[in-house]
Amino acid sequence: MKRLFVALFAAAGLCAVAGWILSAPRPLYARDDWSALEEGGDATRGHEVFLIGGCQACHVTPSQSDPLRLGGGYELKTPFGSFYPPNISPDPNDGIGQWKVVDLANALQSGVSPNGSHYYPALPYTSYRNMTLADIRDLMAYLRSLPKVSGRAPAHRLAFPFSVRRGVGLWKLVYLGKPGLTADPSRSPEWNRGRYLVEGPGHCAECHSPRDVFGGIIASRRFAGGPTPDGKGKAPNLTPNPSRFGQWSKEDIETALATGLTPDGDSLGGEMAAEIRNLSQLPDSDRAAIAEYLKSLAPIP
Amino acid sequence: MKRTFFVIGLAALGGAALAQSDPIAERQGLMKANAKAAQAVVAMLKGAPFDLATVQASLKTFLNAAQKGPNLFPDDSKTGEGTHALPAIWENKADFIAHFAKLGDDSTALLGSIKDEASFKSQIPDLFKDCGACHGTYRAKLE
Repeated sequence: MKRLFVALFAAAGLCAVAGWILSAPRPLYARDDWSALEEGGDATRGHEVFLIGGCQACHVTPSQSDPLRLGGGYELKTPFGSFYPPNISPDPNDGIGQWKVVDLANALQSGVSPNGSHYYPALPYTSYRNMTLADIRDLMAYLRSLPKVSGRAPAHRLAFPFSVRRGVGLWKLVYLGKPGLTADPSRSPEWNRGRYLVEGPGHCAECHSPRDVFGGIIASRRFAGGPTPDGKGKAPNLTPNPSRFGQWSKEDIETALATGLTPDGDSLGGEMAAEIRNLSQLPDSDRAAIAEYLKSLAPIP
Repeated sequence: MKRTFFVIGLAALGGAALAQSDPIAERQGLMKANAKAAQAVVAMLKGAPFDLATVQASLKTFLNAAQKGPNLFPDDSKTGEGTHALPAIWENKADFIAHFAKLGDDSTALLGSIKDEASFKSQIPDLFKDCGACHGTYRAKLE
């Protein structure tokens, strides 16, 4: 009997050690190498990355009208609790003014903060991991050009066990794939660009797919539509199935992304209205690429 | 017989009066007209032949909605058959009304400044931001 207890105790201990090791944050880039990643960075290009990434949708300071004051604090309500996206303005104390490109790259591609802890996947690094280092460098240059905002966002309010940040490490083992996309030479450059925008910075699947009880995207229903994070609305199915959206032509999608208007003259509302304000500022070729890629998805009813 | 006609007449009058005092139906009618007007304009953006008269008719439709809209959201029309109006409208009435004013001003400006296909294509997309700006905040999502 005593031996059984010892064995059980040892097994539990081993599990705890294994869990701790498996859940360790793994930044993609070593901080010591920061200077190598710092070279270049084009703020004008970075503005386009910022637009397609939709950063301000979550990070903008609420209750004021300037979309470029990224002081954080907006309440993102989810089934797991409330997230309060942080200050990403260049303020050196409360924002990310002391960040290097390597820090932004680790945050976006591996969901790890400069002090080595996990970010919750409310930051959609499951998509951002596909961003190129060049885009991240440009984005950093742009973020550095924005106004400094002081003040910090409140701490997240999450239900147990989601409140245990280390647990995100186990989540990542299941849901976070390898960083980067490999170009498909059998497809057109436009399709490859569209895939990059949709699957990378645009992070379309994050809202337009259903999630399982742990908040991971259900792979077989990727892009088949899902509830909005607050659960009040529904992000439509983007695959070319026989439903309303699925019947849109490539041109219909391009026009909707540029104007916010559907082919029948209705206006896209909800969260998408804010995204359209961003997407309408992209080059025509990027909206065409997004449409090209969406039309190539496998239809899901 | 005469009385029957009288009663039917009264009922018809009553029905008409009722229809007119149904702000939900009326504002939805305006929005449907807007959608139809926008549809014609969007088709031109996608390659349908440019027609200045159609563009102007659409702009006048938007202007009409912008002028009548503010009076069609009385306090007793927060809920009702088929409405997608969000409570935020009545919590931020001044901001909500300002969206109509902007739509009206912008439509009026474009009635003067759109003269040909080139000015149409460069100027009209901005107007549609007015639609999204209001719908994003004040209308429940579709579906």
